[in-house]
Amino acid sequence: MNKTDSLYNMAKVLRSKNSGPFELTFDVIFDNPAYYELVKRSDVINRETICRLYGLKPEDISHLVFYDPALAVKITIKRPVDSGSVGDTDVYGAQQHAPLMSLQVPLEG
Amino acid sequence: MDELKILSPCGILGYGFPKESFINGINRKPNVIAVDAGSTDAGPHKLGAGVGIVSERAVKKDLNLILTAGFELNIPVIIGSAGGAGAKPHVEWTMKIVREVVQEKQLKFKTAIIYSDVQKDYIREKMKENKILPLGPVPELSEEKLKITKSIVGQIGCEPIIEALQNGATLVVAGRTYDPAVFAALPIMHGFDPGLSYHLGKILECGALCAEPGTTKDCIIGYIRKDHFVVEPLNEKRKCYTTSVAAHTLYEKDHPYLLHGPGIQLDLSQCVFEQYGDGLVKVSGSKLIKPEKYRIKLEGSAQVGYRTLIIAGVRDPIMIDSIEEIKKEVEEQVRAYFDDIPGEDYRIIYHTYGKNGVMGMLEPVDTACHELGLVLEVVAKTQELANTICAAVRSTMLHFPYKGRKATAGNLAFLYSPSDIEFGPVYKFTVYHLVDVEDPCELARFEYLEL
Repeated sequence: MNKTDSLYNMAKVLRSKNSGPFELTFDVIFDNPAYYELVKRSDVINRETICRLYGLKPEDISHLVFYDPALAVKITIKRPVDSGSVGDTDVYGAQQHAPLMSLQVPLEG
Repeated sequence: MDELKILSPCGILGYGFPKESFINGINRKPNVIAVDAGSTDAGPHKLGAGVGIVSERAVKKDLNLILTAGFELNIPVIIGSAGGAGAKPHVEWTMKIVREVVQEKQLKFKTAIIYSDVQKDYIREKMKENKILPLGPVPELSEEKLKITKSIVGQIGCEPIIEALQNGATLVVAGRTYDPAVFAALPIMHGFDPGLSYHLGKILECGALCAEPGTTKDCIIGYIRKDHFVVEPLNEKRKCYTTSVAAHTLYEKDHPYLLHGPGIQLDLSQCVFEQYGDGLVKVSGSKLIKPEKYRIKLEGSAQVGYRTLIIAGVRDPIMIDSIEEIKKEVEEQVRAYFDDIPGEDYRIIYHTYGKNGVMGMLEPVDTACHELGLVLEVVAKTQELANTICAAVRSTMLHFPYKGRKATAGNLAFLYSPSDIEFGPVYKFTVYHLVDVEDPCELARFEYLEL
């Protein structure tokens, strides 16, 4: 059986935040290059996963980019309600990351 | 000049910082003290209502130290996005505090105020020329939207600040400004690499948030040199690591290595982050690409209604099980009762903490906790209507006879008496667009004065 670990355990930083009032951005940043490579190669973080976790349509995702110099992956999505507008529930967008935490990453490629 | 030292006291003017850290910074003989004072983070309310998110007392406390140090070291002090949203009332509010400090501490500054408010007629002209573009997933700008918009600012780059510095300003108080620009202005003026200057600005703009443990309420210093820059925390409790500095590079941006600002695009794909002694980080390889057109971001906010809200808890498990039906039926009953009021004149919004209060539509988990925190919110055309509907939602829900109810005395645990909280005006970002400008200083209005 393949061993897995959660993204939360492997990442150094796992957060969400506004990128302007109309977008939300998720950063997953590693301090262990091996973990970063595992996650990048495993393709666990892809557009389908994000759509599934957040109930989104593919066009709601504006960027999903791995950034090697920072051992980071960034995902930017359209906000369901713009920041601070009527109906918004997280003005700074800083508490939208939790569904990513339990994503399971295979530890052997 | 081989090196410039840029001191960033804190993430937002008025957030505060330890005096000892600031003194550590001053002892390193910085060439400029720069601080960002605003953001769109707290939503459209600040810009619309002309208010800030920090207190006058806190700003004064920070400025006491910053202005005194700037005057004593004879170095420029630069404040960007003054007052929170950087519109005229915010700049004036900041200037009032600046004047008090200057008088009380007997300081002297040649001061440049840079307003960056944008007139609607200017935008109308630009719309005709097709020079207004939505920024990201934002609808096209319409005359209708423009008409209701209360206040519009343009996010200026470093050019107007450089102009002010070249005109001899020792204190620059700028309206809405690209956060990194206040830090990048002096190095760019002195011919340092603009890519490194802006990237360093991006790192410094949140104070010590790029260190570990990170915080916006502490000081950090940046050293810019010919082909790299170095960041150093000024509190011995904090250290910068390659991961923490790299992490801050991506912070609040839509793309990890392509960053857009007024008249610039930063390409950080080839950046190298290196540990540089204990707790310092060296960065190189940041590149600036000048886009074909100089574009400035416009932000505008409009009032869209008035809010009344109620905070109440629910602990009854039968009620919690049927909370979704109850919310729906309560709204139906209220709407049926007020059938003489047009339905679109108000909105009823339930926030259900303990279920999906934080993530709303994005929440993948469907189970509720053993207790729920409800915020019953009504946004309506007038405050009176918001109060009326909210009171009706409250009384309807309080006594709603849901299926299986045995607790017939009342369904809600109100947090306060009175339960209904009048919130006041509610705003929305109606303008979040780019404008093509001919001149980087096109939106800047300068005012010079001796303080």
